[in-house]
Amino acid sequence: MSLRQQVLVLYLASSALDSPVVGWSRYDGTGESQPTTGDSDSPPYPDGVAALRDGWRLIQAAQLLPPHPGDEYGTSFLKHEFFFEQLS
Amino acid sequence: MPHNDHGFTFRCMRTSTLLSSVQLASFVAHGYLRLDAVVPDEMNREALELLPLGIPGVPYGTPVADAYPEGSFPRRLVELPEVAGALRGLVGPDPEIDHHAVHIREPREGHAQHLHGDAIIDVRPDAFDVQLMYYPQEVTPDMGGTLVVPGSHLRRTNETDTGRYQNLSGQTRLVCPAGTVLLLHHGIWHGGRRNDSDRHRYMFKIRFNPTVPQVRLWDTADLDSSDVTTELSRSFPWYEWATGRLEIHNRVRLWRALTGDDSFDVEHWVTRVTNRPGQRSHA
Repeated sequence: MSLRQQVLVLYLASSALDSPVVGWSRYDGTGESQPTTGDSDSPPYPDGVAALRDGWRLIQAAQLLPPHPGDEYGTSFLKHEFFFEQLS
Repeated sequence: MPHNDHGFTFRCMRTSTLLSSVQLASFVAHGYLRLDAVVPDEMNREALELLPLGIPGVPYGTPVADAYPEGSFPRRLVELPEVAGALRGLVGPDPEIDHHAVHIREPREGHAQHLHGDAIIDVRPDAFDVQLMYYPQEVTPDMGGTLVVPGSHLRRTNETDTGRYQNLSGQTRLVCPAGTVLLLHHGIWHGGRRNDSDRHRYMFKIRFNPTVPQVRLWDTADLDSSDVTTELSRSFPWYEWATGRLEIHNRVRLWRALTGDDSFDVEHWVTRVTNRPGQRSHA
């Protein structure tokens, strides 16, 4: 069977990859697990670098964008989103 | 005395247990209030017979008394003293019914709802709807109790655009005794979790629209309590460090709207960034 992608998304407390994890999601391309909303209260790693050390490859980091003028105090989506992958 | 004919307001005022300022501040910080086991067992048993059959809808904007005739189950639910008092403090004496719905999580259904806010993006700075969620049965950890993200209600997101987020530190996965009621700000991020049990899980939801300005509708005797500031200063584990400060700023703005007190602040957050001496001197 060919390789399948597993995706880990970590949301961090700041734009630094070594800042603490505040949110997380998993998507499993192998079909062996079905991660879903609200299935865990404990983050898989304490910070982003811990995921690197465990073999996850960082494939995307959220850009740092200035707020739109007039919306400097508005809050919306989580800002510090990091996508990782593993192939298995 | 239109309220004598109207019925709901009169009864509500007579029997209600009004919220305190500290409870309101907790709502402004968390985005919800939780009332454990406030519905009596006999009503919970009645609900478990009614809800599987559904409760017919009403037109948007129907006054409570017209939507729910006296003696009907929903009317008795919203007239329970703790529920009526909390609604009075949040949306005032004569709210209208936006809509209601029975939500059922099927046994071993295999999936959860994506994290979402109801309706559409709604950024009103000085008004909010309240959603009542009533759980007639004990909700155990495996029954897929509602996932709620404390402090998410002021985030400007639209419906299921947050669906990518599966877990956030400090999220609450509802486990509760029978007869529990949640009262939520319209913007709260939430979702029905996967039901891994062999039982149906029922929830009855009613959305209320206020019809009066939501200013000092609760018991304000403790308005100057330091506990109010403590509640409004609360952080949540999922907040990013910088954005968490903006959350408190935005809560202060909402608290000012709810109290009419434009001088209230937490840690000088709003006062500092609105200080414009040049504008004052030219006024």
